[in-house]
Amino acid sequence: MEGNRHQARGNSAHHSHGDEKFIWKYVFSTDHKMIAKQYLFTGLFMALVGAFTAYLMRWQLAYPNTAAPGWGVVTADKFNMLVTMHGTIMVFFVGMPVLVAALSNFVIPLQIGARDMVFPRLNMLSYWVFVASVVCLLASFFVPAGASACGWTGYPPLSASQEYTGIFWGVVLWILALALEFASFTMGGINYLATFMCARAKGLTYSRVPLATWFLVGASLAFFFSVGPLIAGAIMLLLDNVAGTGFYLPQKGGEPLLWQHLFWFFGHPEVYVVFLPGLAAVLEIIPVFSRKPIFGYRTMVWSMAVALALSYVVWAHHMFISGMDPRLAMPFSITTILISVPFAIIIFCMLASLRGGSIRLATPMLWAVGFLVTFLIGGLTGIFLGSAASNIYFHGTYFVVAHFHYTFFPAVFFGGFAAIHFWFPKMFGRMYSERLGKIHFWLTFVFFNCTFWPIFQIGSGGMIRRIADPSQYRILDQFKTLNVFVTISAFILIAGQIVFVINFFWSIFRGPAAEANPFRANTLEWSAASPPPHGNFTAAPVVYRGPYEYSLPDRAEDFVPQNEPPLAQAEGTA
Amino acid sequence: MTPLTPDKIYGWGVPFAASSYAAKLDRQLNIFHAAMILIFVCWAVYMAYCLIRYRAKPGVPAEYGHLSVVTSLIPDGIILAFEMFMIFAIGLPSWAHVMENFPVEKEANVVHVIAQQFAWNIHYPGPDGVFGRTSIKLISSGNPIGLDDSDPAAKDDIVSINQFHVPVNKPTLVYLSSLDVIHSFNVPAFRTKQDATPGMQVRIWFEPIQLGTFEIACAQLCGLGHYRMRGDVIVHTQDEFDAWIKKKLAEKSES
Repeated sequence: MEGNRHQARGNSAHHSHGDEKFIWKYVFSTDHKMIAKQYLFTGLFMALVGAFTAYLMRWQLAYPNTAAPGWGVVTADKFNMLVTMHGTIMVFFVGMPVLVAALSNFVIPLQIGARDMVFPRLNMLSYWVFVASVVCLLASFFVPAGASACGWTGYPPLSASQEYTGIFWGVVLWILALALEFASFTMGGINYLATFMCARAKGLTYSRVPLATWFLVGASLAFFFSVGPLIAGAIMLLLDNVAGTGFYLPQKGGEPLLWQHLFWFFGHPEVYVVFLPGLAAVLEIIPVFSRKPIFGYRTMVWSMAVALALSYVVWAHHMFISGMDPRLAMPFSITTILISVPFAIIIFCMLASLRGGSIRLATPMLWAVGFLVTFLIGGLTGIFLGSAASNIYFHGTYFVVAHFHYTFFPAVFFGGFAAIHFWFPKMFGRMYSERLGKIHFWLTFVFFNCTFWPIFQIGSGGMIRRIADPSQYRILDQFKTLNVFVTISAFILIAGQIVFVINFFWSIFRGPAAEANPFRANTLEWSAASPPPHGNFTAAPVVYRGPYEYSLPDRAEDFVPQNEPPLAQAEGTA
Repeated sequence: MTPLTPDKIYGWGVPFAASSYAAKLDRQLNIFHAAMILIFVCWAVYMAYCLIRYRAKPGVPAEYGHLSVVTSLIPDGIILAFEMFMIFAIGLPSWAHVMENFPVEKEANVVHVIAQQFAWNIHYPGPDGVFGRTSIKLISSGNPIGLDDSDPAAKDDIVSINQFHVPVNKPTLVYLSSLDVIHSFNVPAFRTKQDATPGMQVRIWFEPIQLGTFEIACAQLCGLGHYRMRGDVIVHTQDEFDAWIKKKLAEKSES
């Protein structure tokens, strides 16, 4: 009876949305799945812009002061803009929309058995505010004097007054773009959190919530509690630029280090805002493709909670040599070391989940395994930088560049591609090509390492960041060949993404139709149709067990969907 | 001791350790490297073993059970213990040595370094050991740090741009500041690095142990000319250094 009523409502909802006009269905949609796709496509488009900035910078570093094909000579003023915009785009306009927004929007409601977000209109608004933010950022390339050239960290006084860079509109638009983005993700985050807390299916207790949802919610929490101080900081920076105040200008009584504290108080949790969703996808994929329960479910959720709490007290490890009191190095070194422990626990739990499994290296699993290996390198090299004494030499060198590319790239791209392939059948109702998926993985994996591994070496040799012309320094002479090698690898890495583009679009339109549960997984999203209609489930799902019951003994099938009624109860109702 | 040539200073690894604390910091890097490689290899080998040993085989189901959680905490515990050891036994003592234990001013070569877009101004107190007064109002193209010539202490002061002359085997104590934006005083061969922030004056020190010329490279994005904000630390014997000071003083009185 109950089921029938839900079914009827589901159908009518589906019907009333069925003959919507194009603009309501594809542009101003309130359907969380369509909004997820909008974020995904916007983010992937921005990744192309980000890749182009990388191409120009790498060209200049390998072949200084020669014309880059399709652009021309990358002059020093342009190089500083490229450095700034590459960081801003990749962190805030690729990592955030693809991982935080697209994944949370698509996965959370489906995994918890909800019909949609609890605030669908707010959800739509958050996307369109984000579009405004993208427009602001892209417009800054075309204003007089060009885009901001103060680095993605925007340290004042350089960013606080145009007398130091000659750039006014670029900096103002950059701050405005970030402000709009923060507004957008605050709206989104409220939605994910409220949906997670209020709209879970019957029986889906907190200890039965799939890890992907836990980690996505964790990412939004990390964002919420850290962004406030930065918004205040950004307003002061804006006022310094447009209203002649001096919050960060010492000649007017200001304090440049204040920005660094506010920025990194946000900046370190922000790493986890991008990292946790990547981890979320990988955590969901590993049990499905090794056909066994995830190891340490509770341990991992609690580890995440501890890591989030600690992430608010590590920020000054970005500032060891900034001129703050050197005695602060001790507490911040200790918290930094402590925060590596919960992540070590999570990584070891994932490794232990492989043991005794029946592992199939399909494309999503390849990305997941690639994520583990590359992120581990990123984590281990972080130990060098978190220890104050070794930070003195490495700070501001390419060692840091290599380190954060080994953390961000696995999170955003390995985690992102894992998620895209894993949920592709659910999102588009068709299967991707396994063969192209594997070619794309190996191209990316090999050339990612060829690009960023030598950068550790270059950084150890002393190459400093954000140098527009490496031929100025004797210290960089011996790295000419290595820089050419890195550049060529980066070009192949970028070109390799064409395979993904082909696979993605070909499969959306021509891929074989996907069944509802192609990977034989347990969580609720796989009990909906592929792709799920507006309203997701024909009947409200009821959950009877945890999400990772794989390879239970004495069963014919090696998986038990969360919403499958227990045997006794099923017989009773029949 | 002969001066080092650049090809001896700069190679593929970290540059030649040309200051008294460089070797100490390098030793820490080496221990970290060894430990991190060990962790990575153990981890990666075990993962490769799992991926091969437990690959999907027809008719072989996965195991439903697991190791106990306690067993899995053993590697976490080992890593935590190692990291604590690194921090307390090696990291913080060397940090304190470099950043908190400064040489006595009387026994050191004391210098002001004033960074600006895009140059390093080196200000020596001269034979009297007292720095002359400076003022932003007096800054001009011939007087980059705004030295006040009416101050008697300024009479024997020497200002040098991008050429930082120091004596070997004697600590140099630097008072670092900036006139405009944040720069970072970075001498890779000495393992010295410190941000120069406007509105602040920070102390740093180093003791060169090798003769030669070592590059200063700004390590903080400071604007359009950041990439060419380079200088040199020129390490002399004490006699050469004294002679250089004398020569500069003679030049100054002529002009």
